[in-house]
Amino acid sequence: MEILKAIRCYHCGEEISSIDLLYDQKHFCCAGCKSVYQILSENNLCAYYTYNDTPGSRLDENTHLAYLDEPAIVTQLIDYKDEENTIITFYIPSIHCSSCIWLLEHLYKIDPAIFSSRIDFLKKEVTIGFKHQDITLRNLVQTLMHVGYEPAINLQDVTKENTNSVNKILILKIAIAGFCMGNVMLFSFPAYFGLSSLEKQFQDLFGWLNLVFTIPVVFYCAKDYFISAITSLKHKHVNLDTPLALIIAVLFLRTAFSVLFTNDAGFADTLTGLVFLLLMGKWVKQRTYHHISFDRDYRSYFPIAITTLKEGIEKPVAINELAIGDRLWIRNGELVPADSILMKGDAWMDMSFVTGEIEPKQKVLGEIIYAGGKQIGESIEIEVVKLASQSYLTSLWNKEHYTGKTTQNFNDSIAKYFSLLVFLIAFSAMGYWFVNQNTYKAWAAFTAVIIVACPCVLALSTPFTLSAILSVFDKKGFYVKNTDAVEQLAHCNSIVFDKTGTLSTAENASVNFLGTLTVEENKLVVSLLNHSSHPLSRQIVKSLNCTHFYPISKYKETAGKGISGLVNNKMVYAGSQRILPFEIQTKQKSGVHIVIDRTYKGVFCVEQQWRTGLSTLISILSKQFKLKVLSGDTNRDEQALRTFFAPQTILEFEQNPHQKLDSVLTQQKNGEKVMMLGDGLNDAGALKQSDFGIALTDNINNFTPGCDAILKGSSLPYLPNFYQLSKDGIKIIKISFAIAISYNCIGIYYAVQGTLYPLLAAILMPISTITIISFTTIATRFFAHRNKLI
Amino acid sequence: MTILYFLIGCSIVMALIFLAAFFWSLRDGQQDDMVTPGIRVLFDDEISPSSDEDKISDKNHFSE
Repeated sequence: MEILKAIRCYHCGEEISSIDLLYDQKHFCCAGCKSVYQILSENNLCAYYTYNDTPGSRLDENTHLAYLDEPAIVTQLIDYKDEENTIITFYIPSIHCSSCIWLLEHLYKIDPAIFSSRIDFLKKEVTIGFKHQDITLRNLVQTLMHVGYEPAINLQDVTKENTNSVNKILILKIAIAGFCMGNVMLFSFPAYFGLSSLEKQFQDLFGWLNLVFTIPVVFYCAKDYFISAITSLKHKHVNLDTPLALIIAVLFLRTAFSVLFTNDAGFADTLTGLVFLLLMGKWVKQRTYHHISFDRDYRSYFPIAITTLKEGIEKPVAINELAIGDRLWIRNGELVPADSILMKGDAWMDMSFVTGEIEPKQKVLGEIIYAGGKQIGESIEIEVVKLASQSYLTSLWNKEHYTGKTTQNFNDSIAKYFSLLVFLIAFSAMGYWFVNQNTYKAWAAFTAVIIVACPCVLALSTPFTLSAILSVFDKKGFYVKNTDAVEQLAHCNSIVFDKTGTLSTAENASVNFLGTLTVEENKLVVSLLNHSSHPLSRQIVKSLNCTHFYPISKYKETAGKGISGLVNNKMVYAGSQRILPFEIQTKQKSGVHIVIDRTYKGVFCVEQQWRTGLSTLISILSKQFKLKVLSGDTNRDEQALRTFFAPQTILEFEQNPHQKLDSVLTQQKNGEKVMMLGDGLNDAGALKQSDFGIALTDNINNFTPGCDAILKGSSLPYLPNFYQLSKDGIKIIKISFAIAISYNCIGIYYAVQGTLYPLLAAILMPISTITIISFTTIATRFFAHRNKLI
Repeated sequence: MTILYFLIGCSIVMALIFLAAFFWSLRDGQQDDMVTPGIRVLFDDEISPSSDEDKISDKNHFSE
């Protein structure tokens, strides 16, 4: 016999408390988990449980899939279709372990019509090929849901963006540059040690081969530098690519000239090495997070289709095909996709994601319901008054005023002066040799100065430093979109906070009971609440910490109102005042009211809890930043917030999404660099407009609005350290620039004399590069350590 | 020493073959997902569905 401390569900691992379902001598916490096990065991797929213990996840409530039968919607979702086969890629958030891979790649055992399924674990994507004559897309999705892997299908899937191909071309270029560099090095090596008379006969061949290898490097791999340089010159400004393109061109011309006319070795090794390193720097910079999306907007929050009513018949319609005047049928838990008027039913709208208010709001017939609200309660009928793309909420994204953030980074700003200085030195060196009647030396000096004063170190130090910082950040749960964003972070000087979900957390609520409950009554209440999956019930059950439960009968859950049931022969009601069997007089409007056996016992007040370490965080931040709070909620928490913030801090309440956006705009007009912390759709506009938008989330797979960085809620106390490290990063870049300049000075000393030999250039460049890369890596680690991040 | 001309040619051709192999692997998508194949290779072979015992005692199976 096994000795178990607590019985856990064989499928999902949740502790079994009230209901214990036995099947195959195994314990299950709910019918959902049991049925998944049944499906798997019937199809001989139980190896699923051998790779990990309790790999499953709990099933959520049913969603309506009728829209997957609409051909118009299906064609938008699939990747490929021919007469027999269809291939589709789903994003499945619940993929988390090797068992998931095993099961999803053995789907053909459940349904032979599924002929292939491949998982990309990091992206949490599964690509499924199936015979559409034998299984419909709807059935396929249902099969996935039955085994516990519900795909997330939303509007953003319809517009699939292919960002991967850009990266592939870059890798291709790196491969070619690396290949050419390796070969050029091989042929240049003999010349480094001086050629014996025997080797002299190969010198011509080596020179020609080197020239041939530089051609693809210059004309294919380095093409982007020329294009970028030409476009920036057309716009009459100089970016970092301009001097780089010039150097590549000079190196190539001088190499060609040496090989064709003078029998010299040329600079092919320096040239190919330079392009290879530059492309590596670009690649490091492009590193992205596969599993996190930073560009989400309302489309990934909205479902792909909604049920419409046409002459009493339900018909699913894609949201972007909705027309004004359409009647929609919104069930419990579904989103309102477009601004509409309530026609029928009792509407309780949870607008928390749109406005930040926590309490659901009742709407009366004929009242307008804004898109983004979630219906809690019975099904309602509404009529569309505005298209989904033009609704109040989505207009946040359509605003034209998202003026490009100031993308001028350190590199580009210094490139201008750098180029100017290099030209000055190059021309004066050339002038000097012309005056001395030495035309050959004049040209040699001119080209050598340009070659040796290469800003390639500048082009490399920034991506290497910033990407090292990125990887320090992501170990602490701070995922920054790209390296440019790190520079943006370092320049911020004021912070705007959202309240709900940002300063407060939904997960840890403090529960107080106003009234008295005996131990016995406590048990009755917990037994009842344990049956409900409502967040409030879960929080109360968690806080009461009761381990024994009574069986329960006549359980009834009225969505948006509360629950009731017969526990130990006593009728227990829990929920809002509307579910109670009689009217009560109480000051406390919200909360979970309890009635046992027709006596009012009191109310559970669930207060939102501030995030841990908030007061220390605020006091540290207030020394460096101007702080501000913009909340969509009512001002009932103003007193509590005042205890954290300094008295002069501006706290604004009942701010709608547009007001939040305008507020950030005003601050920016006053010359402030704004960092915005928010979590919901209501902050989306402000997050996008701010100089550095951080979306706070407790689960990085959840929806987060478009932003520059995603921060795990538990890592919020590290925010000052993150900021300090980004500032230190800029410092590191500046120091490495100084180091590079000192190397350049050595090179220029020889270059102006016209005595820069290819060997010296070939040695100087790698040495300076290695110095810089190792310096940035070590310095980043040092600063990360000092900021207590590693 | 003229044989060196031939050897240099050989070395370039060899290198080109490797470059082509890399291109093929890139186009074929072998570099797209670097994690999943590593996990996939650890899965056991199929258990034969011959006896009912397999269904119940799936924890005890090891590939034969």
